[in-house]
Amino acid sequence: MDEISLMNNEYDTTQYIVINIGDEQYGIDIKYVDNIVRMQKITRVPNCQDYFKGVINLRGEVVPVMSFRMKVNLPEVENTNKTRIIIIKLEQNAPVGIIVDAVREVVTLGDNSIDAATRSSTNNDPSYINGVGKYNDTLISLLDLNVVISEKETS
Amino acid sequence: MDVNQYLEIFLDETNEHLQSLSDQLMILENEPENADTINEIFRAAHSLKGMAGTMGYKRMQALTHDMENVFSEIRNGKMKVTSQLVDVLFQTLDALEEYKNTIQETSDEGTNDNAALIKALQQCLDEGTGAAAGGASDNAKEAAKDDAKGDGSSENGEQKWRNIALQEHEINAIKEAEEKKMNIYGCTVFIQESCILKAARAFLVFKAVEELGEIIISEPSTQDIEDEKFDFDFSLYIISEEPYDKVEAAILSVSEIDRVVGEKISASDAIESGSKAEDKKEAVEASAEAEQKAKEEKPVEAAPAAAPATPAAAPQGGSNAPAKKQGANKPVVNRTVRVDIEKLDVLMNLVSELIIAKNSLVSYSSGGQAGNNSNFNEQIEYLESVTTNLHESVMKVRMVPIESITNKFPRMIRDLSKKLNKKMELYMSGEDTELDRTVVDEIGDPLMHMLRNSADHGLESTEERIARGKNPTGSIFLDAYQDGNNVVIEVKDDGNGIDVEAVKRKAIERGTITAEQGENMSSKEIIDLLFLPSFSTAKVVSDVSGRGVGLDVVKSKIESLGGDVSVKTKLGEGSTFSIRLPLTLAIIQALMVIVGGETYAISLGSIDTIEDISEQDVKYVEAKEVIHLRGNVIPIVRLHEVLGLEVSERQSDRMIVVIVKKGDQYAGLVVDQLIGQQEIVIKSLGKYINCTSRMISGATILGDGEVALIIDANCLI
Repeated sequence: MDEISLMNNEYDTTQYIVINIGDEQYGIDIKYVDNIVRMQKITRVPNCQDYFKGVINLRGEVVPVMSFRMKVNLPEVENTNKTRIIIIKLEQNAPVGIIVDAVREVVTLGDNSIDAATRSSTNNDPSYINGVGKYNDTLISLLDLNVVISEKETS
Repeated sequence: MDVNQYLEIFLDETNEHLQSLSDQLMILENEPENADTINEIFRAAHSLKGMAGTMGYKRMQALTHDMENVFSEIRNGKMKVTSQLVDVLFQTLDALEEYKNTIQETSDEGTNDNAALIKALQQCLDEGTGAAAGGASDNAKEAAKDDAKGDGSSENGEQKWRNIALQEHEINAIKEAEEKKMNIYGCTVFIQESCILKAARAFLVFKAVEELGEIIISEPSTQDIEDEKFDFDFSLYIISEEPYDKVEAAILSVSEIDRVVGEKISASDAIESGSKAEDKKEAVEASAEAEQKAKEEKPVEAAPAAAPATPAAAPQGGSNAPAKKQGANKPVVNRTVRVDIEKLDVLMNLVSELIIAKNSLVSYSSGGQAGNNSNFNEQIEYLESVTTNLHESVMKVRMVPIESITNKFPRMIRDLSKKLNKKMELYMSGEDTELDRTVVDEIGDPLMHMLRNSADHGLESTEERIARGKNPTGSIFLDAYQDGNNVVIEVKDDGNGIDVEAVKRKAIERGTITAEQGENMSSKEIIDLLFLPSFSTAKVVSDVSGRGVGLDVVKSKIESLGGDVSVKTKLGEGSTFSIRLPLTLAIIQALMVIVGGETYAISLGSIDTIEDISEQDVKYVEAKEVIHLRGNVIPIVRLHEVLGLEVSERQSDRMIVVIVKKGDQYAGLVVDQLIGQQEIVIKSLGKYINCTSRMISGATILGDGEVALIIDANCLI
């Protein structure tokens, strides 16, 4: 037994917040998550990138909010009472919100249960995923937040 | 002593003194005889020296000390102020500034001794005093110097007391002592070089000697010894009834004393050697008329002259200075604003009023008289007026006059004038215009760029100016003034102006624009090319400017502060660069409007008037909608369109037009509804969202928690 637990400790573990977009599950590294808030009124910003829905007031701070569905070219859906905005802070003082269909749970994944993302060479879309995690028979696509948030338009 | 707690004060005051020195030096250069200025300079230099000494910055102290000597000679009329001297003094100020910066960053003064500068100062001192004496022959001075050197090192060896200059009453004292059959000793005391508290040791020596006899004179003077203004030795003449051995033993009983060199002397010996020493010094002084003064002041002045070892003493002292913080490389001092105590009093009053207002609201709500609405509104109004005043006062606290940056400029122009070999004069006005501290900190560099630009590119060479029949001395004007909610800073020169054709040629040559484009561009558009990165019209790259990293940096900097830059120029007559900056960054008065159901804010500063206009009054010029208003033709911007909104159905044919202005240009913004004026706090939209038209300058949070966007009217004109 001792040996096994030692074995496990050899792998670094990371906690991910699992979100739902349609039927798919995505994981967001918890260290970048500042906050998760319910859907609220979003003020539209004219002439900005399409996938930015606008800005919200997060306790006196103005935070831009993007739609994950629009960013990855999925059809828009109605907001439900499960819709959440995940506030991401990749760097200090630059928060950004991502609208997701639902937030499910927090999982802990060891490095050994993460596979590198496969990329087909015919696909021109930038890959938003930097790995796939296996957790209890389900697959969780781990998001590369830098790519998601960066300003590059999907082609 | 832990001096770190005084570091901030020290840096602040050093800044002030350096600035005042620089200012006064500029004046002095123009009016070399101005006694007030010289006194002022002397005072500043003296305080600076004292402060550096107190803080344990020995190198800084040494340098200031030598500078002070020069000023002291000037003050005493023994030296003339020459341009060359002023140059050296300015270099000294630069070096001091460097010390200050090093101290600011590391809390240590660094290791630069500036020996060359000290030498230059000495030289100025020697030459200056020599020259002032006029009649005194150079030979005498030379001889005296050699003599002094010889005496100091080989001839008299360690018997430095032989060099003490005696004055009349001291000679009398010695003669008297001899008559009373007292012993007269001359001796030189050497302190161990590892000794830290030299002054304290010297004091103990004095005390020990005074128990046995009387000290007639010491070299350096008692005062200087107390101030630690001496090397590792000092010399004394002592009158005592005790034998020499006992005196020597008493001195040696003080710890950290290395050795004592001395002997019993006769009065005639003492007087002879004393007057000999005095002769030498007189010769060095080479100033017969200043003899009297020289005697009084010589001990001070002689110290560095006789001992270039002052800086050598510094490393020892330097290690003494706080080295604890050296590891941390970030500035040890926070940025501060000096606040007028009156402004703080106002703030304090407002805060107490705020508390009163809060209390009355509390008592109101707990009093159960909820029905009494008028009283409630009264309290709200009161609260409102207090918060508005509070905001104003806090803003005022953040405001500093731009003086703090502009006062460096006269010096800079003077240096540029020498470097570029052009005669020029800087005229400044409105230095007391106040701006937010953060803005003031940022505009220093852009302004400097623009002044350099004017000096280097704007003004013609002196010959050219004469050939053109202009005043050979070029003028550069720096004017600052407040204009509504903006502060305008103008840099104007009476030089050649911008040669639009030359700029165009250069732009085509560089491939920035094509020849056809060049044909169609207005001169204003061409001038705007100057603000593009890496564009310089100077033919030669100098170290003043011409690398093309100037104006674009200026522009981006000013724009990041929410301001803008514009240029007016007339070929042959000069050009004017104006910087327009918002008075405050954080909070503005804004007009809230509704467009297509969304709330927007327009900065009140850019609004001229609000008009109610009938649809029929809209005319078309070049297929663009305009209105004719009091003699002005004003283009109309339908905000629905630029904001990408559905055009709402209009009930009446009247429309509300907000007339905004930027400089002398106007535009009319059509809105659906006016809400009113409100004080708003500007928030940034965040890093990631990218508003392509730059028409939204930020956002604000309304009373109900909703976010409203701020329309930058300048972008719509």
